[in-house]
Amino acid sequence: MNQLATSMFSIVEAWFLAPDIKLLKIQAPLIARKRKAGQFVIVRVHEHGERIPLTIADADPGLGTITIIVQGIGKTTRQVNLLNAGDALLDVVGPLGNPSDIRLFGSVAVIGGGVGTAIAYPTAVALKEVGNFVISIVGARSKELVIMEEEMRATSDELFVVTDDGSYGRQGLVTDMLRELIEAGRSIDHVLAIGPIPMMQAVAEVTRPHKIATTVSLNPIMVDGTGMCGGCRVLVGNESRFACVEGPEFNAHAVDFRMLAQRNRLYRSQEQAALKKFENWLQYALDPTPCCQLEKEHPEIGPRSHT
Amino acid sequence: MAERLPPKERTKIPRQAMPERDALERAHNFCEVNSGFDLALAEKEAQRCLACADPKCVHGCPVGVKVREVVDLVIEGEYLKAAAKLREDNVLPAVTGRVCPQETQCEGACILGKRFAPLAIGHIERFVADYERQTGEAGLPTPAPPTGKKVAIVGSGPAGLSCAGDLILKGHHVTVFEALHEIGGVLLYGIPEFRLPKDIVQTEVANLGRMGVEFQTNVVIGKTITVDELLNEMGYDAVFVATGAGLPKFMNIPGEHLGGVYSANEFLTRVNLMKAYDADHYDSPVYSCANRNVAIIGGGNTAMDGVRSALRLGAKNAYIIYRRSEAEMPARVEEVHHAKDEGVQFMTLHNPVEFIGNDEGFLTGMRLQKMELGAPDDSGRRRPVPMPGSEFLLPIDVAVIAIGTGANPLVQSTTPDMQTNKWGYIVADEATLRTTKRGVFAGGDIVSGSATVILAMGAGRTAARSIHEFLNTGVW
Repeated sequence: MNQLATSMFSIVEAWFLAPDIKLLKIQAPLIARKRKAGQFVIVRVHEHGERIPLTIADADPGLGTITIIVQGIGKTTRQVNLLNAGDALLDVVGPLGNPSDIRLFGSVAVIGGGVGTAIAYPTAVALKEVGNFVISIVGARSKELVIMEEEMRATSDELFVVTDDGSYGRQGLVTDMLRELIEAGRSIDHVLAIGPIPMMQAVAEVTRPHKIATTVSLNPIMVDGTGMCGGCRVLVGNESRFACVEGPEFNAHAVDFRMLAQRNRLYRSQEQAALKKFENWLQYALDPTPCCQLEKEHPEIGPRSHT
Repeated sequence: MAERLPPKERTKIPRQAMPERDALERAHNFCEVNSGFDLALAEKEAQRCLACADPKCVHGCPVGVKVREVVDLVIEGEYLKAAAKLREDNVLPAVTGRVCPQETQCEGACILGKRFAPLAIGHIERFVADYERQTGEAGLPTPAPPTGKKVAIVGSGPAGLSCAGDLILKGHHVTVFEALHEIGGVLLYGIPEFRLPKDIVQTEVANLGRMGVEFQTNVVIGKTITVDELLNEMGYDAVFVATGAGLPKFMNIPGEHLGGVYSANEFLTRVNLMKAYDADHYDSPVYSCANRNVAIIGGGNTAMDGVRSALRLGAKNAYIIYRRSEAEMPARVEEVHHAKDEGVQFMTLHNPVEFIGNDEGFLTGMRLQKMELGAPDDSGRRRPVPMPGSEFLLPIDVAVIAIGTGANPLVQSTTPDMQTNKWGYIVADEATLRTTKRGVFAGGDIVSGSATVILAMGAGRTAARSIHEFLNTGVW
């Protein structure tokens, strides 16, 4: 069959930014040429793999590469994070979703929680480019999980780092920092918040009473990413919207976060079972002194020789 | 090899039935239900053909398969020649032999049907195509010398593949772009394995590849590449937009966001394309149907595919919920009959008004309303009217909504000079399938709204003729 050369997407660079958070640069020239801040790709690692959406963190149209930043949480993201330069992803399709709304708002607070910082980064760059005053708040659980601080600093007029445990930057949550800025009378015309669902919901509640327009990027479960399946439907202003073709960014004050969290838990038991099975397999595969699985599970049969 | 029987003898032969797997056995696996004619059955059935001077069956076929000539070659035992004859008009004979609604097309027009049962044209077609595939000697036609013209086809479903097959024969360079990771469109993600085995689709696609059609997966036209870029930067002389069925319709009733409520597109994509039925080997999950109550809402072929898939995933009770009566169901009679044999429970004249869930957000039931039939509506079918006070609760764990789709906006939204109608479908001339944009043609579900595989293939053929004419004359 005449399958053109898009059938494999080679990885040109890959390194860990933090424990379990990996940056991968992937050869995908058509996507690199087209992508705009806020858009995502759908990735499939291997023939039997699932399709998962990942935001494009950066792109180099000249080199034909896109950058994705992946936190290894489930089986598929762990599989991605096992890959290194020279390996390849089986399928990468995009750029999908609508680009971020880039306008001159005035002063914009860009809030990234955990790996959400990587998703917020390209939009922060674009917001800065059109002349906004960018105040960035980067949050993480602890020092080692703070990512892209330097990149964010380079594109921000002001940058604040907060950690839950106080091991780096200020101790507290991103919302504490945001509230402090607002209460100090800082003018903030627009807020972009990307991170875990509870964080985005909390930011929405901080800005709501002050009537500060707030945008969030949603991450529902997707299959095709082109509007065909409707699995990514979210409730926004009590209306059903497809995040893949109508999003992924929505007005935070209209999003039903409880529903989003609920839908993202839909496959939790299958996901946990798949991860456990994968980790068991991985442990065995990476064991420098392989031994019989049956022996491990049934010590009563005694050790055998493996010559 | 046999002589044709005299006409009187022909009508004495009863229509040969399609052999099928036992209903109770097949309801628990994804193996193909119909097992196909063997040589003897095919020849016996072919002998029933009256060999009309003006065969009505040919006119009944959306792609104009020369049925009579194919049947003659079967009687002569020239199965590979019969296959080549089929391929002159139909690039996917093994597919259409399985999924076409022959009863309303070729077989619906068959003269035999006036007094006897019509000739089993679909079963013969399938036999011929399978014979060809099993011998591995596809009688592929040879393309004309290269014309130097390039055509881009957007979408690799039945309309796109059929258009590609015709255009490659005319000597044009053809590239088919597909958004998903595999070629086949609805034939892969929509129609289940037990009705259309995927290796059959792959063989047909490989045949097109051998004829020179180029396939490019993982490209979303409108996103990765726009139609204007195809025409202005990439050197394509014409574009055929065949993006197919689009965004799934929901019912807009309370509880639709509960876990366990699916669109038919999502449910079937997870089960078919992503192979969720083989959870030991594939990573995409589907919400468990095993030992649970599953309801599919709708009465079309998609609903039948969904409910029969649910049974095979181990559903304790698998229901069809349809707001009209069985007579109005758009599904093929064969599908309804198969579903019933397998144990599907039909709740016709019922309509859901609410999905009910538990505290964790999972579906536990749905509130149904009984309906009765009133006066005919715009579609000519009697309008279902709710019966007051008839609501009741049905315990349900998984619900699949199969009530149709709307237009997918991706190509249209980035092609502003291509006109769409008020529902978002592309406006195309009925005879030529030309859109309002020079060099761009459109056909299949993205023009007509949801229809069948063969109607999409018919549109693909029409588009191919029309594109060929445009490429030759350059006149728009």
